Amino acid sequence: MRSAEESTLLFEVMPKLTIDGKEITVDEGTTVFEAARQVETTIPHFCYHPKLSIAGNCRMCLVEIEKMPKPQISCNTVVQEGMVVHTQTENVKALQKNVLEFILINHPIDCPVCDQAGECKLQGYYMDHSASGSEFNEAKVKKPKRVDLGPNVMLDDERCILCTRCVRFCDEISQTGELCVTNRGDRSTLRTFPGKKLENKYSLNTVDICPVGALTSKPFRFQQRVWFLKSVPSICTGCATGCNIYVDHNDGKVFRYKTRENEEVNQCWTCDEGRLSYTFINEARLIRPLLKTENGIEEINKKQAVLTIVEKLKSEAADNMVFIGSAYESNENNAALKKLADALGVKRLEYAYHEVENPSSDDFLIKADKNPNRAGVKKLSYAEFSGELSGKTVIAMEKIGTSQLEKIRLKKPQYLILLSSQRSPACELADVILPVSTFAEQKGSFINFQNRIQKFESALEVKGEMQSAWQYLQEIAEGLGHAWNIVSSDKLLQEFFNLNYEAIGEQGKVIEN
Amino acid sequence: MENKVLTKNFGLKDSHLLSVYESTGGYQNLKKIFAMQPVDVIEEVKNSGLRGRGGAGFPTGLKWSFVPKDSPKPKYLCVNADESEPGTFKDRYLLELDPHRLVEGMIICSYAISCHNAYVYIRGEFVYPKVQLEKAIEEAYQKGYLGKNILGSGYDLEITVHRGAGAYICGEETALLNSLEGKRGMPRLKPPFPAVVGLFSCPTVVNNVETISALPYILDQGAEAYRQFGTEKSPGTKLFSVSGHVNRPGVFEVPLAYSLKKLIMEDAGGIKDGKALKAVIPGGSSVPVLTAEEALEVNLDYESLQEKGTMLGSGGVIVMDETVCMVKALTNLAHFYSHESCGQCSPCREGTGWAHKLLQRISGGEGRAGDIEELQKIADNMAGKTICVLADALAMPIWSYLKKFRNEFESLIKD
Ligand SMILES: Cc1cc2nc3c(=O)[nH]c(=O)nc-3n(C[C@H](O)[C@H](O)[C@H](O)COP(=O)(O)O)c2cc1C
Ligand code: SF4
Ligand code: SF4
Ligand code: SF4
Ligand code: FES
Repeated sequence: MRSAEESTLLFEVMPKLTIDGKEITVDEGTTVFEAARQVETTIPHFCYHPKLSIAGNCRMCLVEIEKMPKPQISCNTVVQEGMVVHTQTENVKALQKNVLEFILINHPIDCPVCDQAGECKLQGYYMDHSASGSEFNEAKVKKPKRVDLGPNVMLDDERCILCTRCVRFCDEISQTGELCVTNRGDRSTLRTFPGKKLENKYSLNTVDICPVGALTSKPFRFQQRVWFLKSVPSICTGCATGCNIYVDHNDGKVFRYKTRENEEVNQCWTCDEGRLSYTFINEARLIRPLLKTENGIEEINKKQAVLTIVEKLKSEAADNMVFIGSAYESNENNAALKKLADALGVKRLEYAYHEVENPSSDDFLIKADKNPNRAGVKKLSYAEFSGELSGKTVIAMEKIGTSQLEKIRLKKPQYLILLSSQRSPACELADVILPVSTFAEQKGSFINFQNRIQKFESALEVKGEMQSAWQYLQEIAEGLGHAWNIVSSDKLLQEFFNLNYEAIGEQGKVIEN
Repeated sequence: MENKVLTKNFGLKDSHLLSVYESTGGYQNLKKIFAMQPVDVIEEVKNSGLRGRGGAGFPTGLKWSFVPKDSPKPKYLCVNADESEPGTFKDRYLLELDPHRLVEGMIICSYAISCHNAYVYIRGEFVYPKVQLEKAIEEAYQKGYLGKNILGSGYDLEITVHRGAGAYICGEETALLNSLEGKRGMPRLKPPFPAVVGLFSCPTVVNNVETISALPYILDQGAEAYRQFGTEKSPGTKLFSVSGHVNRPGVFEVPLAYSLKKLIMEDAGGIKDGKALKAVIPGGSSVPVLTAEEALEVNLDYESLQEKGTMLGSGGVIVMDETVCMVKALTNLAHFYSHESCGQCSPCREGTGWAHKLLQRISGGEGRAGDIEELQKIADNMAGKTICVLADALAMPIWSYLKKFRNEFESLIKD
């Protein structure tokens, strides 16, 4: 039994309130806005962002609270015991409509040429609230439409609603403090501080959190109407963190990555470098197998390629073979290579990895290891690349870093079979090249630096004779008399990790060592 | 009866000097005060019924009592000398003519709230008042009224004067704190209130110059003596800055509940050039305007003015004679508030600018049917929905001008 004192304590710590007739008990210190979310009501808002300090400036989240003389902003009102909150009344709707009107009077409303159109909060709320005509008969405040804030971000000042989300992001998250608001009243303007540029490693997150089309990503500007984009949940391959993203694509081309929330990994942020790394999916892709002949490199078809490889491996002694997996490749593809090694009795399994000069890193998201799956390939008991390949027959998967290629050049394998998604320096050393899909064209999983296994979905259609590495490897195995009967990568995941995609879930799953 | 509390030394030669202030009893009480418990000082101020003279009229002793006593953080006093409300110029007189009264008041308040670093945030344009104040502070340091171990009491106090940079909004107490911290002068969200989270996130009292300047009298003569002026709910005296169409504009100290008619017609010498009175703003530009009839029958205390639908505010009395075009007058105010809006809240940032443009159009003869309703709507939609009350400070004039002088607006609308 609790003593009366304890009960009152408990009572104080967990205030109860009513929101639109629904009773709910929340943690002490919860705001009305957050409490409303807990009963599945998202109060309209611009400036509130769960990861940023409260600015309370847009005034869009005004609600009625009984016994309070004036409407209150829900984002800064802490729940008190017994509060009775109304978020859906005619009066609250009118409050929101009036705030919208204020925000819109000086807004250019150039939605037809605005990148944000279709995913714009301002546009959305306007449609929710009558979509009526303007009663503003005065001249609008003119502001510059192309302000170059930094290498990745362009500002359309007229569209800015001065919610200061971006300013707070730079103050509180990237902690680089480049942005500020200058001037006053309706002349207020977002700017970088004099002599500064918006060039922190996370600057494109400001574009994500800008509720309107004021901040635009330079690479994405005017590239695509967002409603044509298809969005597929995936994982950034930029580094060992494995930020959760959406791959936004259309017409066989990736246009951008957007952050996907995962509190345990990247919260709701991604770094610019990773976010812009999608270009490799669109560029220099291999769609047919290639064979090195006396006449140079020749395109061959899939059948010929597999046959050539099968013929080669058939006559090769197991201890003369080295299979090189990749820290850049999925668990499933690495598992398939291991499966082939097991079938053929190949003992030397090593993994290659992507390398960059002076890799960026910090204590937030960015890891110096620029591979999304080093933990995965290690878990499959691949050893780190040794460079001792002289005279060997080798199957290798990209990406193979420069220093590793250097070693391969020095201690040349006798025969190199390469699985690669694009033309790369490694291709010059290969005898036969199989065109494989990138992570964006297949389903699979990576294990990040936290030992968290995370899955990605297939976004793009494969082209030509491109297919997943495991599919090519299965065909080779078959040619060598080993029937795998694998129809999807699930089976590899099950066999080698004792897991299925459902168990991994949208937010990944930490696995034991 | 000696009926001056704040301005009694104004007539003395060199009233700003320490020696003159001391000769009228200034600083003589400090030893006695340091012998009191700080809570008793607060109690005395509470008993006096002193209310903030910066505009809101909040009970001063009560405000001080919100400062958490057991907080390990330093406490601060910030004196608001930003005086920028159009029509208000009383603090300036106090700063120029009797700066030691303010310094002594600051010592009293600081002692009461256990503050050892006090600030004066002074309007940037107040160059001469700042010089006078700094001289006085210097003199007080030399005489041992400021600094370490004041008069052997063991109590330390430093005063720093900080100049604003020309923004009206920095008179709003939390914008003032931001500005003092070196940040952009923008009002903060409340709660938390400054008494709990103020300057550098520490408990802070913000009080107006006039409020603080009343303290030496209250602690010397006692709360009861202070209460002989004014009414039960509005005790004490108040400075009124009278400007506009009067023969003798200036600052007048009168007991609260004084007749506005007497202030204008006698103290300020009546309406200039024998013209008729048209309207009076009684408490600084942001309070609702009174018609001549209303003005001539109202008394200057918090309650009487409230009954007339207006406010005592900062005591800036702006007198307008029959020649004033009320549309132009309101346009002027809208210009001021739209220029001074800090710009963070959507309704104020956009609403003040909208109202100004619309009023400019009406005063320029381009008024259209629907404009008056539109203006009314702008005021309705921004008042009470923003971080600070600057939006209300324009909404209140709009409402009252439209209500009381609607015909002047209508006559400028073309149908
Ligand atoms: C827009 C705005 C401007 C203000 N300007 C001043 C000012 O110039 N001087 C002042 O003392 N108070 C000003 N105030 C009031 C202060 O916020 C605060 O209430 C006052 O300094 C408290 O002191 P008091 O209790 O002694 O009046 C202003 C308030 C607002 C909203
Ligand atoms: S640019 Fe976007 S995020 Fe930044 S203040 Fe303007 S509207 Fe807000
Ligand atoms: S931190 Fe790493 S995983 Fe995240 S976006 Fe950047 S490169 Fe991609
Ligand atoms: S009401 Fe106006 S002045 Fe006050 S904080 Fe909001 S925008 Fe700034
Ligand atoms: S979301 Fe609450 S004021 Fe902007």
